[in-house]
Amino acid sequence: MTRLVRPYGDTQNDGKVQLSFTLPLQWSEAADEAARQLVAKMGFADVQVADGRPIADGFSFFVVYAATPQSVDADAIEAPSASSHAMSLEEIDAFVHERIGRKIRVAGACIGTDAHTVGIDAILNMKGYKGDYGLERYREFETFNLGSQVAVEELAAYAKERRIDALLASQAVTQKGSDIKNFTALGELLEAEGVRDNIVLICGGPRVTNLLASELGYDAGFGRGTLPSQVAAYIAITLASRFRSGGAHW
Amino acid sequence: MRLNVDAASVVRCRELAAAIVAPVQAFIAQHSTVSVERTVLRLLGVDGITPQEIPLPNAVVDALSPQDRARGVAPAFGRALAETGLEPQALVESLAAEGYDLSRFANAPEAAARGALEPYVRRGLDSIVAQREERDARLARLPQLPPPLLYVIVASGNIYEDRTAAVAAAQAGAQVIAVIRSTGQSLLDFVPYGPTTEGFGGTYATQANFAIVRAALDDASERLGRYVMLTNYASGLCMPEIAAMAALERLDMLLNDSMYGILFRDINMKRTFVDQHFSRMLNAYSGIIINTGEDNYLTTADAVDQAPAVLASQFINEEFAHRAGLPDDQIGLGDAYEIDPDQQDSLLFQIAQAQLAREIFPQAALKYMPPTKHMTGDIFKGHLVDALFNLTSVVTGQTIHLCGMPTEAIHTPFLGDRALSLENARYVMNAARHLGDEIAPRPGGTIERRAQTVLASCESLLERVASLGLMHAIEEAVFADVSRAPESGRGLDGVFARAPGYWNPFADALTPAQAESRR
Repeated sequence: MTRLVRPYGDTQNDGKVQLSFTLPLQWSEAADEAARQLVAKMGFADVQVADGRPIADGFSFFVVYAATPQSVDADAIEAPSASSHAMSLEEIDAFVHERIGRKIRVAGACIGTDAHTVGIDAILNMKGYKGDYGLERYREFETFNLGSQVAVEELAAYAKERRIDALLASQAVTQKGSDIKNFTALGELLEAEGVRDNIVLICGGPRVTNLLASELGYDAGFGRGTLPSQVAAYIAITLASRFRSGGAHW
Repeated sequence: MRLNVDAASVVRCRELAAAIVAPVQAFIAQHSTVSVERTVLRLLGVDGITPQEIPLPNAVVDALSPQDRARGVAPAFGRALAETGLEPQALVESLAAEGYDLSRFANAPEAAARGALEPYVRRGLDSIVAQREERDARLARLPQLPPPLLYVIVASGNIYEDRTAAVAAAQAGAQVIAVIRSTGQSLLDFVPYGPTTEGFGGTYATQANFAIVRAALDDASERLGRYVMLTNYASGLCMPEIAAMAALERLDMLLNDSMYGILFRDINMKRTFVDQHFSRMLNAYSGIIINTGEDNYLTTADAVDQAPAVLASQFINEEFAHRAGLPDDQIGLGDAYEIDPDQQDSLLFQIAQAQLAREIFPQAALKYMPPTKHMTGDIFKGHLVDALFNLTSVVTGQTIHLCGMPTEAIHTPFLGDRALSLENARYVMNAARHLGDEIAPRPGGTIERRAQTVLASCESLLERVASLGLMHAIEEAVFADVSRAPESGRGLDGVFARAPGYWNPFADALTPAQAESRR
């Protein structure tokens, strides 16, 4: 079945979008026209420069409305969510107790030079996020928050030495693809150490998606708005299925 | 606006802060660090790098024997100057073949060593004074717009792009520009050298980079008819070195917290306490306004719960700053607008906290930080939250206002993001410029009661810290839910006890009483 969709302005299939951007041009009517032509070249129709104004010497800012002729088949999209199993803290603890029979060892860190710990702290720290307790609060999780700016070598060695069941690598800084490099390096190091299969490997950060995670060879990825219980449930269910199927684990 | 705060409690909090800081100050007086000693060399005029790209101040300090190091680099360096007759930079360059080892200069008597060093000490201090006077003259000629001073960051990683962004931001209304550092720099035990074009989440702080942006902003200031300030970060393992470089290149503000590195960068607390003191002595002398980092408590822990800890840290930061000779108007105590925006009456709680700081620290250059923790990538909601933040700032009379970016949590700001953010702040602050003079919190109302609660909780917290001792209190995770032990963290191996005969000519000149008489 095919279900083609376009952006919805005020009418089905009108394809209306808004764009805003800066051009390195002194503002003038010609700059507005440059913005219009640029958006037309992007393939948009009905381009309207709603606002164009100078924001500094040699720079102008534009707000543009336009219509796209493009569409996508919504039924052909595959981007499975890692957060599909809604369980409460008590349910997860009971599930781990029954299916795994020992505490799950979880370690997490902001890797590379990244110092933005808000995300990993929200998942791991007792307090959690939006009233959803962090993994430290779970009876059946033993949690190690290694903090910020942890080298991937250090994290991989730690995971091997402590026989970590689930490893959470967090990256907020994405400039020049540093997040991808660090995530990739961590996966490769765990492979080289021969422990990758024993670990539920998870990446997280405001720009992370589960799709990106699978492309990087991770088991799951969690982006903005993730609740700790979603991560906890994913780890518990994934690990339990490995235990049940005789898959690799410590 | 005026809150009915308990003046006796404020006095008690200051007494507790003094009692908390006193034993740490005694520790500071008995110790030095490799970074302090490298700063001495920088102020004497030593700069540049070895062929292996090690900064020369590091090369010299690292080559000191433990015995020589314990007396500070100055006596050994003074002897070398006396015996060779060379200038500091030429002396260090001449030592390359011997691995920058000063130990063979053992003959000059102490008086000769001091005498040889004295002109360069004076030259270093005079350079700082010249820049301070230059700033004063420019500010008199090119007066700033009234506070809150609109402050934005540039962070491309490339200093030349940063320069473009800084000038554009100044034209869009920014009064203070901060060049955010590359994320890893706080953990480097050296300061990189020369102009840099690669960085992650920011641009390396180097003396050359400081000079590049300073020159561009001086030019922009002339065109705009108002002085645009430049800011960087004296935090991490090289606090005093950055303070020295900033003094020489006429930066106007520095992030400079007494505890930030300990809590949020896992830098050893002894290292931080010693380094922050010397860096603040330099900042006091160079007229640089420090910005403290209490906002970080609110991003890593709950903003409502942490409000008393923010205030407690402000008292402690104020006390450390006073002990380094900083006057109130050079102390930019930090706070942030970080309460969950979906919480009912969050605006009232924010106003209570901001106004409380304003009344307790009336002369301080309070620094107000924007919402970051609850910014999700929804730029439209983010722009609205920033507008209420802007309103809170102007109503409560904050001094330094870090403009929030609608694209917070998405990317380091684009040039257009900064322009939108500055438009937001200019609109709100112009529209509500004198609102704070016109309104009063209802006696016994939500705002006043919240302020009283925060102050009372702060006093209890300071009592607990005083009874534990500051180092132990940090270990007990009193601040920001983060625990650090006195012997843990980065940079402890660079801390050493001062031996009899320890000498730091700049610290001597800049002890608060000495520095005062030099002005």
